Amino acid sequence: MSNPFRNDRYQRQISLKELGEIGQQKLKDAKVLVIGAGGLGCPALLYLAGAGVGRIGIVDFDLVSLSNLHRQVLFSVHDIGLSKALRAGDVLEQINPDIEIIVFNERLSNANALEIIKGFDLILDGTDNFASRYLINDACVILKKTLIYGSISRFEGQLAIFNHPSESNIAVNYRDLFPLAPSDGEVLNCEEAGVIGVLPGIIGTMMANETIKLITGIGIPLINRLLTYNSLNNHFFEMELLAIPETAKMIPEDSGAFKAFNYDWFCSTSSAYELSQEEFKEMRKNKNIQFVDVRESGETPEVENFDHVNIPLSTLKDQIPDIQAETIILFCQSGKRSATAAEILSKHFGKSRKIFSLKDGIAGWQKSK
Amino acid sequence: MQVHLTLFGQLADITGRTEMILHDIPDTETMIKTLNELYPPLKNAKYAIALNKKVIKENTILNGDNNIALLPPFSGG
Repeated sequence: MSNPFRNDRYQRQISLKELGEIGQQKLKDAKVLVIGAGGLGCPALLYLAGAGVGRIGIVDFDLVSLSNLHRQVLFSVHDIGLSKALRAGDVLEQINPDIEIIVFNERLSNANALEIIKGFDLILDGTDNFASRYLINDACVILKKTLIYGSISRFEGQLAIFNHPSESNIAVNYRDLFPLAPSDGEVLNCEEAGVIGVLPGIIGTMMANETIKLITGIGIPLINRLLTYNSLNNHFFEMELLAIPETAKMIPEDSGAFKAFNYDWFCSTSSAYELSQEEFKEMRKNKNIQFVDVRESGETPEVENFDHVNIPLSTLKDQIPDIQAETIILFCQSGKRSATAAEILSKHFGKSRKIFSLKDGIAGWQKSK
Repeated sequence: MQVHLTLFGQLADITGRTEMILHDIPDTETMIKTLNELYPPLKNAKYAIALNKKVIKENTILNGDNNIALLPPFSGG
């Protein structure tokens, strides 16, 4: 039988008797989507393209920056400022021109996710935030797609295959493990917590390995199991996951409900902070900040030492359009109402504004003067 | 009943330990209560609980070997 694959490209893996030409054909017929061309996505993409996965989709909206290069191995200094998805597509094209690469140079959202994911069989989640992770999980449940999940935190990584029916027809999804997203600030991202470049390299490579095992039907993929890896002590820990009937109710039941679900809000990507009196003193010098008194009109003491507007908490929701500055400092008598106001604004603006509430309010300010 | 705990990710950061042993713990609810008293920031932390390498979702009576892992979600990529 003649080898249908060109240039001996896959000769080394075809000679594995577990894989063979049949396995190679399965890889050629596979359609795999990698969401996030970052620390996890780059190594996963490299090996999937090298292995000859016939159609590979790449989703990323971000641009390459210098601080990415220690872990995002598809990029070089010449790529800084360029689209990650487009550059990743170019590099993979050079590695393997025999496969089809589809680039989605856009942010995955509940508006486009179902359309994009629909065209692929296996979905790799290499994103870096909870809103995307819940969104991708829910989309995979709705469309019945297998999700290969990887994530990292400092020196530890997690790996699992979700939403893939086991032999006993049980498919566990991410919400069965973590039904609700952590509150804001509970879990740091790579930017805040730091990450050693080789860790996403290991986990991303393992995601590609699980994908190849699923496609070719070899080995024991991590179906309904979660693996954690600690790069400091080389400990692997594996646990069996459990499908929970109640979590099914948390997942939007169809594409309409999915598109209406606010994932940013669900993951409470709050942008509000409590400001100390010292910080407040410094920030009063900044002319681009809008100061907002949220006390009801007529409350004393009146503030005359700095420019501000008065928008009472009771009417704040209606007066949001009056708040235009990028940085907003809210204050009241004791700091309680301004904290509530900060939550309201933070939910409205998301991370597009910097919102502060003055700790201990005007009472504290008068004491510190 | 004695419980051998393994803590992952930010839970190890909160407690300052990756392993610990708790004594006189009859069930997982008591374990959570004891941990919250020892380490108050754990009250607000979200994590999955695995007993002898199987995730559990309900209060579970502990007897025999009790290796429990507490696993928080990671978001980094």
